Amino acid sequence: MAALEEEDKEPEAPTFSWMPADCVPMADGEYDAIVLHVDRNQYYGADSASLNLSNLFAKFNGGKQPEDRFFEILGQNRDYNIDLIPKCIMACGKLVKILLHTKVTRYLEFKSLDASYVYRSGKVYKVPATGGEALSSSLLGLFEKRRFRQFLVYLQGYDKDKPETHKGKDLTVMTMQQLYDYFSLEKLTQEFVGHAMALQTDDSYLSKPALPTVMAIHLYVYSLDRYGTSPYIYPMYGLGGLPEGFSRLCAIHGGTFMLNRSVDEVLFGADGKAWGIKGGNEVAKAPLILGDPSYFAKHGKCACTGKVARSICFLNHPIPNTNNAESLQIIIPAAQLKRKNDIYIVLVSNSHQVAAPGKYVAICSTTAETADPIKELQPALALLGPIMTKFDDCVELYEPTADGTADNCFISKSFDATSHFESSSADVLSLYKRITGADLDLNINADSTKGDY
Amino acid sequence: MASGRVCHFKLVLLGDTAVGKSCLVVRFVRDEFFEFQEPTIGAAFLTQSVNLENATVKFEIWDTAGQERYRSLAPMYYRGAAAAIVVYDITNKESFNGAKSWVKELQRRGDPNVIIALAGNKADLQNKRRVESEEAKQYSEENGILHMETSAKNATHVKDLFQEIARKLPKTPPQPERDAFPIIPPKHNENKVCC
Repeated sequence: MAALEEEDKEPEAPTFSWMPADCVPMADGEYDAIVLHVDRNQYYGADSASLNLSNLFAKFNGGKQPEDRFFEILGQNRDYNIDLIPKCIMACGKLVKILLHTKVTRYLEFKSLDASYVYRSGKVYKVPATGGEALSSSLLGLFEKRRFRQFLVYLQGYDKDKPETHKGKDLTVMTMQQLYDYFSLEKLTQEFVGHAMALQTDDSYLSKPALPTVMAIHLYVYSLDRYGTSPYIYPMYGLGGLPEGFSRLCAIHGGTFMLNRSVDEVLFGADGKAWGIKGGNEVAKAPLILGDPSYFAKHGKCACTGKVARSICFLNHPIPNTNNAESLQIIIPAAQLKRKNDIYIVLVSNSHQVAAPGKYVAICSTTAETADPIKELQPALALLGPIMTKFDDCVELYEPTADGTADNCFISKSFDATSHFESSSADVLSLYKRITGADLDLNINADSTKGDY
Repeated sequence: MASGRVCHFKLVLLGDTAVGKSCLVVRFVRDEFFEFQEPTIGAAFLTQSVNLENATVKFEIWDTAGQERYRSLAPMYYRGAAAAIVVYDITNKESFNGAKSWVKELQRRGDPNVIIALAGNKADLQNKRRVESEEAKQYSEENGILHMETSAKNATHVKDLFQEIARKLPKTPPQPERDAFPIIPPKHNENKVCC
């Protein structure tokens, strides 16, 4: 909580945890605010932190420390940076634009994920995304290869601002199902296009206009083209580098940071507007308050929207049948398992400096559909081969019930089950707009201050 | 005169609030001093080179940006640091005790081979001295770290301190080249087609 000796310097925006919202708009100097950042954890990033072995073990075992044997088997604490929430970054996606815009890029290094796979009938296949890959993929039959290639060629030529590239199709009206049918794509091809390329989480997109899905496939293809063997990039030392980078950016612009401080409650006036936060016997005043739902739950500001099941698995081998990839993503389309929601697997290892040499961390996740969500992950776990140890987690997702303009509480959404940052980034941009009333212009500033790098 | 190779190293500053960490950097990098230096210097990091006989050492200097105040420095701060300057104020005994705990923290969280230098700053305020030179020297010897008393105000030993650190740093790249990359802005037309 705010240091009391600083009464005269009222922070304008206490923020809790990463979110990742707080730092993005506040810290880059466009929105002039004094930021006080309070976090109940002793590390940055809340749910988006990357933990070492001790912190991970303690989190899942009521604060207990692991026995020495745990380290003997898995390796040293400092070798590990384990994400609690597995997400990859689309190389051309919104988060990359935010990183470039805020110049948080100067604190981080990235590496591509080795590969992107999709599940079909008990096996995993590399996702073909170019004409050449389509022709060689065993995912597609001989005639289907040609149809898929024609579909890709149409998509790659498509520019929504150039009607001559539309070839007479109005994708703002035509549904995605109609577009698939036009190219006579088989159901199984539709499945991997929709889920492993356009990253739709269920099949509701089929009956909607095709344009957003086509743009999502564009994003996938351009991202693949950008750095290498998959469209995904991932920071060295884990996703926790993102909140740490934003925190440093904010600190450089004068933000104050307090980790390991509990926030007991948000303080509201008679008019229902929040004016501060309280922890122990300290109070910090502020005209607006940002935070993740956990800090506002007891004030009835958030609603539960579902549950996510996650299983963090330690392996001493790559995932079978993936060409020994040291990092990858596997998507299991919902229909393959007669489910409503896809299941995701993200594998990372020593090549991204998140695990000891020879060790692999695979995180499986999905949106829960039954009373036993961890069991729903079983088909994903079955793909991993022998598992050394695992940590299961099932958490409720929350989102704010109001936009914050009436009560000064600007609340982010919980991180969802999707395996990339597109929805979280949209949430951050929405928060920025709710707070400032304007869209954040992500067009990269070409005259970046030299020497600051 | 500089000759041979240029070696890049990350150097971090540690130490309690108001001991003069930013002042030391600003003196070293810009050769300036401000009595009321802003607590943070408003840059991601500053760079400055030291020329040795056979190589040029280019420091990428990270200031705490105030995150030391509530012991809220992120692991990212320590990561990859080849050298650290732990600063105390010779007129403030408490800050010397603080420096010792920062050294411990660094040994716990930093790279095992990090070069540590202990800087007793504000050496111009001799008449207010509360930390004896001998005591700091003995502590440094016991812990195998460099020690120097500095004054950012009148520039005493500031360059020498960085020079000494530069000498102690290995002149080979600290780690093998990895295939990791920084994100760079895409070219403009490329930017347009991305979503």
